[in-house]
Amino acid sequence: MAKVKNKIRESTSDRIFNVVNIVLLSLLVIACFYPFWHVICASFSKPSLFMSHSGILLKPVGFSLAAYRKVFENASIWNGYLNTIYYVVVGTALNIAMTVIGAYFLSRKNIPGKKIVMVFIMFTMYFSGGMIPAFLNIQSLGLYNTRGALIFPSAINTFNLIVMRTALMSIDDSMEESARLDGANHITILVRIMLPLTKATVAVLILYYGVSHWNSWFPAMIYLDDKSKEPLQLVLRQILIINDMSDMNIGEDQELISETIKHATILVSTVPILCLYPFLQKYFTKGMMIGALKG
Amino acid sequence: MKKVMRLQTLSSKAKAPDKKSKNLVWQRIKRNKEIYLLILPVIIYYILFHYKPMYGLIISFQDYRPRKGISGSEWVGFENFLTFFNSIYFGRLIRNTLRISLSTLIFGFPAPIILALLINELKNVRFSRFVQTVTYMPHFISLVVICAMIREFVKSNGFITQLLVVLFGYEGKDLLSKASAFVPIYVISNIWQGIGWGSIVYLAALTAIDPQLYEAAEVDGANTRWKKTIHITLPCLLPTIIIMFIMRMGQVMSVGYEKIILLYNEGIYETADVISSYVYRMGLVNRQYSFSAAVGLFNSVINFALVVIANKISRSVSETSLW
Repeated sequence: MAKVKNKIRESTSDRIFNVVNIVLLSLLVIACFYPFWHVICASFSKPSLFMSHSGILLKPVGFSLAAYRKVFENASIWNGYLNTIYYVVVGTALNIAMTVIGAYFLSRKNIPGKKIVMVFIMFTMYFSGGMIPAFLNIQSLGLYNTRGALIFPSAINTFNLIVMRTALMSIDDSMEESARLDGANHITILVRIMLPLTKATVAVLILYYGVSHWNSWFPAMIYLDDKSKEPLQLVLRQILIINDMSDMNIGEDQELISETIKHATILVSTVPILCLYPFLQKYFTKGMMIGALKG
Repeated sequence: MKKVMRLQTLSSKAKAPDKKSKNLVWQRIKRNKEIYLLILPVIIYYILFHYKPMYGLIISFQDYRPRKGISGSEWVGFENFLTFFNSIYFGRLIRNTLRISLSTLIFGFPAPIILALLINELKNVRFSRFVQTVTYMPHFISLVVICAMIREFVKSNGFITQLLVVLFGYEGKDLLSKASAFVPIYVISNIWQGIGWGSIVYLAALTAIDPQLYEAAEVDGANTRWKKTIHITLPCLLPTIIIMFIMRMGQVMSVGYEKIILLYNEGIYETADVISSYVYRMGLVNRQYSFSAAVGLFNSVINFALVVIANKISRSVSETSLW
């Protein structure tokens, strides 16, 4: 019944609006997706044909896996991958531990000194020493050219700390009270009661911290000297931005291949994220909402 | 045991009202001893990695020499700042920073709102999901890869350059070698990266709109979708838009260095170099620590002031504020 009514009401202008809307959004989808498609096509193209081609690619020109062979043979990419996995796993573990502890403290009621700690922490969101003092600080702490330089300085993201605090504050006080009466201390309360109740938020934070470690390249560039410690993103910068392909073993007759190698490198480094992405998307959106509500 | 302690607290409160608050605080601290131990690593972290660098800012008032350290270096007062203000770079950096951030604001800010409105009007749920999934995607790609893609696409034989050649008869030079093209490249790619992700906040605000409002509007004669959008949807979105806009204004003088550093080259510093990328180059490439720390401090102070102002405005306009 309601449907019939709606159909009658839908005027011509509404119908035009619908069509225009769908066309607009389809164009946007193409604009968002085409760049990725272009990279995919380029990476499988024959290097010589790709170099002479210009403009839009709807499918690979020719077909060649030579670029991928070079990328897979490149030890520095795999070494970068291993390092990145290390930074993501160890870094995120530290992030979560520190964030949860800090958030727990800030979420308790009746803790003398809590307000001061809150101001002390919040202030760092709005003012910082900046790049140069931070760099000199890493040197003076003896962290320069160590893996710690990529892990400790970002041990807590204050924004995430606030998100976690909000989640912990939403838990009913009676939980803590009754646990205390049973003789539980703060560590027990945090691990046995609070964490299980805030699993969803912790999952979102793991994701956020994990992705920020995965994407991070700048600290690695300024704090690391050793190539053996470089994360994937820094290796990518070397190949893609600086155009340094010395690790690629390109023969003199294969100059042309460097362009398709770049595209293959982009794909090899991005495919894991793109494969995970459809499964993780809803957690990301959820996290975005938690953050947005806090403002 | 704990219960007894609490009762004692209560009774002591009754007996000695003047001592009460002091006593109570002490009791609370004693009761929560472990939590102070627990928070210790967090405090140490903030001291070591946030407050110590702030202390390190005093090198911007010195002629800092790494070998002499902060305590041994010579004081120069505001000399570093004056050098910066009087240098030919000062005007250019402020101009570039403002140009890039304002262009991003003007073109990038409405984009996710428009997208959210369009998605909201879709009747086909599946298509709407599909649009969201695809438009969120660039947000998940690392910045290094995003910038590598941009650089490939705007090369002289890249597809974007070639499209411009075909459509507008462009000469076909690498776009990143043209100073005038940098801001458009930066802004458009920013929209590409952020439009889908940015629309999430607005989509959430849209789902919160009471459907009865639309029905009432229909009765009052707003019979087309367009009229409903103008008279109901937009006014309902306005609070969210205002808050997001004010908060964004607080960042108007801070343009991140990462994307700039990955995209620019010496030939286009004229339009592409911003304060933060200049700090990076002077400090970490040229090793002029004191000078670049001063430039950084100048920028931080302005940013801090802007955020405080934005927050004040936000609080008076709406109930929302950062603190």
